[in-house]
Amino acid sequence: MATIPMLRAYKRRSTSTFRYLSTLILAEHEGGSLKAQTLNAIAAANYLGKESSISLLLAGSGPSLQEAAAHAASCHPSISKVLLAKSDKFTYPLAEPWAKLLQLVQKIGSYSHIISASGSFGKNILPRAAALLDVSPISDVIKISEPHLFVRPIYAGNALCTVRYVGSNPCMLSIRSTSFPMISMAADSKSNPAPIDEVDLSTIDEDGISKSRYIQQTTQESERPDLGNARVVITGGRALKSAENFKMVEQLAEKLGAAVGATRAAVDAGYVPNELQVGQTGKIVAPELYMAFGVSGAIQHLAGMRDSKVIVAVNKDADAPIFQVADYGLVGDLFEVIPELLEKMPEKK
Amino acid sequence: MKIMVAIKRVVDYAVKIRVKSDKTGVETNNVKMSMNPFCEIALEEALKIKESGFASEVVSVSMGPTQCVDTLRTSLAMGADRAIHVDTKEMLYPLSVAKLLKALVDVEKPGILILGKQAIDDDCNQTGQMVAGLLNWPQGTFASKVVLDKEKNVATVDREVDGGIETLSLDLPVVLTTDLRLNQPRYATLPNIMKAKSKVIKKFTPQDLNVEIRSDLEVVEVTEPPKRKAGVLVSSVDELIDKLKNEARVI
Repeated sequence: MATIPMLRAYKRRSTSTFRYLSTLILAEHEGGSLKAQTLNAIAAANYLGKESSISLLLAGSGPSLQEAAAHAASCHPSISKVLLAKSDKFTYPLAEPWAKLLQLVQKIGSYSHIISASGSFGKNILPRAAALLDVSPISDVIKISEPHLFVRPIYAGNALCTVRYVGSNPCMLSIRSTSFPMISMAADSKSNPAPIDEVDLSTIDEDGISKSRYIQQTTQESERPDLGNARVVITGGRALKSAENFKMVEQLAEKLGAAVGATRAAVDAGYVPNELQVGQTGKIVAPELYMAFGVSGAIQHLAGMRDSKVIVAVNKDADAPIFQVADYGLVGDLFEVIPELLEKMPEKK
Repeated sequence: MKIMVAIKRVVDYAVKIRVKSDKTGVETNNVKMSMNPFCEIALEEALKIKESGFASEVVSVSMGPTQCVDTLRTSLAMGADRAIHVDTKEMLYPLSVAKLLKALVDVEKPGILILGKQAIDDDCNQTGQMVAGLLNWPQGTFASKVVLDKEKNVATVDREVDGGIETLSLDLPVVLTTDLRLNQPRYATLPNIMKAKSKVIKKFTPQDLNVEIRSDLEVVEVTEPPKRKAGVLVSSVDELIDKLKNEARVI
């Protein structure tokens, strides 16, 4: 087989070309600090190798950007540089200017890797930038085995695909946040923060940028922890029957300090807003405790929660597929079980 | 104005997939295949836009092996006017699909290109963004509502983002990708299925379109995810709380 030595030669060549690793992270910030997902992306970047240098790209406008940059510079010892793109063009997360920014920054910095978290921000921008750079991005990576070898779920998490990136720089990935937990560090734990450099935007390609305009965002304000990062998630399905009844789930969440999730059926029926949907097309969660009430356990829902540490299912139907993944199952009427839990569950820690 | 809709043939969403024993992929022989659910929503939206009088023609396109023609036939039965099949046996990643779509856009000159937000087989969620980048068109991804303004030639798009709903105003021509909640796709009626048989499906090859299919990704192996260990059924709330407290130690 003549192809095998050729393949070996190719691999040797590729490892020597990529010996020096430099990673750029597309950072998200809000209210003067980095978002939790960006910290997960930093954790992922650390898997690429000890020799790798990590730069963080922050863009936006106003005083909160400067504050976020200061936070970024001192948030983790592995950060070697913070790049700052100050312009009104980046005030909102519009893919058109942000993708051009990534293209420009790559041209200047020639990074070996570009990483973002695979939230709606990264999913929107990274592939567009990848097309501009003529490389294939790799979505929703859950494991970094080697600098160019990754594992990602396919078919709603029912198969795991190991892919090797054999293209030219940069290797672009979005990472699944729940697979790369960030080791928490106090904000002031780093004595000498990384340098902050401003990106020279004078050569950015403006063509096409003004074709999109941000109008507004409607956000559901909630006191509860963020669904993506919560330690406990309590989810309700169609069996709750109404938005009124869904409040029982919310009360239980309140008591346990948990985030509330929902199935597609519950969202489509209007019990709760869309952003609470857990599943293949909604949020992917992996909390310590996941409690599903009146959730049948469709493939598409399991895709979003199967990596939870402990899964509890309460359902009237003993044959519901959710019981196949549950660590603890209780066959019963949730209208009796939830009130009893509300009464007997200990308060949150 | 014309609307182009990209459609992918995938393993039906309700099928429990099986990983091949040689780890090269997922079994697709003798498995029910259907139109990707997000593509159905994309097509429905295109048809609605045409019915509102904003567009004159809906062209559906698909890439891949010969059987894609079946999926295109379904799109014609739902109401697409004609279809294009880019015939190739090669493994197509989103970058190649985006390049082929760009080439087709250059031929057909649609005012709107609609895609699903992701295919339920590779779960990439990339193609729409990539083709928008190659065309230098604005993108309205994860759309849950689209309102078109004929006079201003602008699309107002509600997008499902992490924190809620974001609204953008985008100049046409535009690339849209559909979220589940954009609409409820229609069923093809029997008369329309019959009519679809006489509609035209034009064939191209990547060579015709001057697109070189090359890949910078290599699938090393496909495996089954780790199995969870069997759980237990508890008989009461008290037992459940006790297990969570003393066995799992999560509360």
